Parts: sequence; C-alpha cells; structure tokens
Amino acid sequence: MNRTATLSWNRVAIYAALIFFSLIYLAPFAVVLLNSVRDVREIVGSSAIGFPKELRLSNWSAAWNSYCINGHCAGIAPFIWNSLAITVPATLISTMLGALNGYSLALWRFKGDNFVFALVVMGIFLPEQMKLIPWATVLAELGLSNTAMGLVFIHSIQGMSFATLFCRNYYLAIPPELLKAAHIDGAGFFRIFWHIVLPLSPPILIVTVIWQFTSIWNEFLYGVTFTSGEQQPVTAALVALTSQIAQAPEFGIQSAAVVLAALPTLLVYIFGGRFFVRGLTAGAVK
Amino acid sequence: MSALQIANVSKRFGNVDVLKEINLDIQSGEFVVLVGPSGCGKSTLLSIIAGLEKATGGDIEIAGRAVNDIPAKDRDIAMVFQSYALYPTMTVRQNITFGMRCRGVAQADQQKALDDTAKLLQIDHLLDRKPSQLSGGQRQRVAMGRALVRKPLLFLFDEPLSNLDAKLRVDMRMEIKRLHNRLGATIVYVTHDQIEAMTLASRVAVMHRGEVQQFADPDTIYDKPANLFVARFMGSPPMNTVPAELEAGPAGLVAVIGRGSPDELKLPLPPIEGARAYLGKEIILGIRPECIAESGRSFGGDRSSVTEVSLPVEMIEPTGAETMTVLKLGEHVILGRLAPDVRPTPGRRHGFALDLRKACLFDPKTEWRIQ
Repeated sequence: MNRTATLSWNRVAIYAALIFFSLIYLAPFAVVLLNSVRDVREIVGSSAIGFPKELRLSNWSAAWNSYCINGHCAGIAPFIWNSLAITVPATLISTMLGALNGYSLALWRFKGDNFVFALVVMGIFLPEQMKLIPWATVLAELGLSNTAMGLVFIHSIQGMSFATLFCRNYYLAIPPELLKAAHIDGAGFFRIFWHIVLPLSPPILIVTVIWQFTSIWNEFLYGVTFTSGEQQPVTAALVALTSQIAQAPEFGIQSAAVVLAALPTLLVYIFGGRFFVRGLTAGAVK
Repeated sequence: MSALQIANVSKRFGNVDVLKEINLDIQSGEFVVLVGPSGCGKSTLLSIIAGLEKATGGDIEIAGRAVNDIPAKDRDIAMVFQSYALYPTMTVRQNITFGMRCRGVAQADQQKALDDTAKLLQIDHLLDRKPSQLSGGQRQRVAMGRALVRKPLLFLFDEPLSNLDAKLRVDMRMEIKRLHNRLGATIVYVTHDQIEAMTLASRVAVMHRGEVQQFADPDTIYDKPANLFVARFMGSPPMNTVPAELEAGPAGLVAVIGRGSPDELKLPLPPIEGARAYLGKEIILGIRPECIAESGRSFGGDRSSVTEVSLPVEMIEPTGAETMTVLKLGEHVILGRLAPDVRPTPGRRHGFALDLRKACLFDPKTEWRIQ
C-alpha cells in the first residue's frame, strides 16, 4: 500500500513537471491561437496576452481570403496553395529518390559506395546560405527563377540527403540472402526494388514523407530568395505580413494567418506523429 | 555425365586465401555434401557455383557449359538458403511463382508447376499465407518449393536445416533424402553438421582452411579418413587418436603405446602396406569410439578380431542408448561406447574389447593417413 502511494506521488511529480514544461513550450502557440479570435481593439486596449471577451471568427475569414499582403488583398489562401504546390511534389519526388538511393547504397554494394553515401549525407550539414548563389545560377540557367517548379526542383534535390539517410539505414536491415534469392530468381535492380524492397518500406516511407513535408513546408530562405510577389510560399508571405504589423497592426487577422499557415504541418503531426515514432524504430523484416 | 565441374577454383579476399585450387567433379544425380567447420570456405564455394560471387581464379562448368561469365539467373540453378529468404510481403504462391514471373513463363505453365510442387511438398493448403504466418518447418518446405518449381540442372542448399529444432531437423533430413531419391536431381549441399553429411551424401567433400581434404563416399570418409583433420571432424564423438610406436610382431604389425612404462600396451594391427616404412618410428593410431566396448563383445560376430585389454576408467557418461566411457590409454584419454547396461566404476581398471580391424595409422608430421 505504502509502495503504491510513493509510486503515485512520483507519478504526480513527473506529470506536473511534464505539463509545466509543455505549457511553457505551447504558450506562444496559445497566445497566437487566442489572439486569432480576439478583436484588434480589444488586443490593443488590453494586452497581447489575454482571453477573448467574445469569440470572433471574422479574423479567420479575413486572413484566409481578403487581408492584404504585399499589396495583394486575397488573404493567405493563394500562398498556402503555392506552398502545397511546392511541398507535395517535392516531398514525393525526394522520398522516391531517397528510397531508390538508400536501396542501392544499402543493398547493392559497389566500389566507393560509402564515399558516395558520405557525400549525399553531407548535404544535410551544409548551411543553406552557402548554396544560395549556386542555386540561383542553376535556376536562371533552367529558366525556373520565380516559379513554384524551381522550388520543387531545389527541395527535391536538397531533401534527398535526409531521405537517403533514412531509407539506407532502414534497408540495411534487409537480409542479403533475400537479394541473393531474387538474383537467382532472375529479378533485376528495379524489379527487386519494386516487388520486394518497396513493399517492405511503408514504415520508413511514412517517416520520410512526414519529415520532408514538414521541413519543405517550413522552409523559408529559398522561398523568399527565389520567388517574389504572388509566387511566394506561405512562409515568405508570413514575413511580409509580419513586417506590416508595425504600420497597420491587425493582430487578430495576422494571428489567424499564422495559425492557418501552420495548420498543414500540425495536421501531419497530429495524424502522422505516431507512425513517425513507430517507423523510426521498426525493422524492415519481422 | 558431369553435372558440375569445378576446376582450380580459388578465391582471395585481400590477403586471405578463402579457397585454394578447389577441384571437384560431380556427376549427374549425385548428392554432394560440402562439410567443414565455419570459415572453411564451403559457403563461399557454393556462392561461386551459384554465381552470386566471382572466383578469383579457376573455371566452373554446369552440365558441360562454362558459366564463369554467366549471371546467377541464367545458370539454371536453384538455391535454398539457411534463413529461407522467403519474400516477406508475398504469399506462398507468389514466393514460389516469383522466379517464373521474372522469366516470363506462361500463366498456365506457372499454375501447373505450382500445383505439382505444392502437392509434392504438401503445402497446397498454405498457398495464400504470408511467410510470417508459417512455422519453421513450413517455411523450409516453401523454400524448397521455390527451388523445386524451377526444375533446375542443379540444386544448391546452404545449411538449410540449421534453423530448425532438433526433431524437425531429423524429419526434414529424411524428407530431403526422399525427395532426392524420387527426383534424382543433382544436389550440392553445404552443412557444418557431419551427421547430415554422412546420412544424405552420395559423396562428401570435407573442407578445411579453403582446401578439400577428402572427396569420397561417406563410408570411405568414415573408415579411411585421408588425414587427421577428417578423422577428427567426421564422427561424433570423433575418432580417438593416440601416439604409438610401430613394430613388427610375429603375426603382423603391432602398435606399442607407452613403451617402457608399466602400462605398456601392444595392439595388433591389420595389414597396411605403406606402414613398412614406419617400422620402429612414431605414428598416430586412430580408433573409432565404437571399436572400444565392454569385455566380451564380439564386433559383428567375429571374435577373432577382438583384442581384450584392461584399462583404467576415468569417467562415464550414460546417454541411455549407450554408456560413453572415458578411458586412459597410457597417458592419453580416449572414448569408448559401451552397452547401456554396462556401468564401469570410475577410478578402477576394467576389461575392454577392442576391434582393431579398422584402425587407422597417420604420419605424425604430415598428418596424412598411412595407406
């Protein structure tokens, strides 16, 4: 009895600490969320931190399709579509490339494979700023400057590093005998990938997709550098919006816009988070 | 007809010679077992035959066709792996037909081959299951089915029974032997288990340190091991080997153990032609444990070949089927297999019957058998 009591006190202490720190961590989000339903006069008149006196959803509709950002009064919606048009294809392409790279690096040993792997992974550690000028040149050469296609191209290539790392490490757990059996059965590189390796991959593909989607959605530097005006992704639009705050404080609408911009990654986390943890620890073959 | 010819095959990994000039000529319909301790190169040799690894030197011919530069899939072979290597996301049916699908075999032929194989191996009721839903023995059968369905020139087995429990291993061993008798296929089978080698093989290649020590039928391997390694590796428990001196007695060769000591023992030997050169010299005498039994035993009804001796007993290990007995022969410890109801007292001398008709003599320097 005594033992259970101490145990439960420990539990209480642990939960209290965890809740305390998550409150601190979530406070900025809570403030933004609360402000998104407050009237701007109410915010200016009292404080940026406070509970709404009445629930106003008008901020949300204004933020979505009528608020002026950079002189375009169509709200944040067009920029969210831009971001989706960049993020979805780039996520799919970089994940497929990563799976293919990881497969060949893990299961088809060739001379210098570890060196190639090290080069690919180095992409993760190079600062983005360093690559701005090379990318600018490449995009200009390809005629992709200031297009969503250009950003898809950049993120597909850049995202490959992480995707390759994830998939290669996952595929290392596939027993080499499986490949030998497939060789004898007469399957080649792509048939083995398609019929044997890919069906084993959902756990790691989910992880990679979540990772790529989140980082490409949240990416800002390339977005703001290589696109302008109506072509910008939502992260870049948020910056324009933030810089307006000094001139025209519309805290409620701006907060709603921020929440809208964060919504896709939040949804991915809420629905995909558990697969993420499971996939990172799952083995390829039971 | 020669089904598989291995000529001067060698394999180097960096500075290590994994295989040194291997030569094996395997006839059609033979069941050849490559046996040896881990690291002897047997699995590497099998991979080279399969085309999964390249030899550093030498030639391989399958059914008279040089296959050095032919990829695994075109060698007309099938392989069963130790881990079974079943494709985990495919059903049993898809596992078995995958090779045929890769080779573009017509649908109707696929179905017929699948039906025949499934019936032969009694796995027809498992066709729609995934490998993870099968027991170890069932997986083993599916793995064999995947090989059988191809009707290849050559079957390669890489330690196929090592992952099964003891009882199932014995069952599957018999099953494989039955299949071989029925299909008359040519099989190369790798194992480290010398019982599997003895029971399955029509010929055994004993390998050690990248070399074939002996390539012969199981009886020859057992009764006339080429050298001390084969003598000690094949047989469980292994052959007893003790140093002795060779001399000529009135009725033929005699091995003297512990000359000059109070326990000096003189054992009459069968005639061995090459032994003349060793008269008066040291040799190594090899006696199988089953040739050492309780006093009074007549081996195969022939009393004339029995030599009765008195030896001190060190320890006994009753197994139920027999009493394993550790004896002192001079300074050396040897093992005998006594009848189960005979339980000599450790620490005392007891009478033993020795059957020396199959005794082997080895050169102590070269370790090769004196013929």
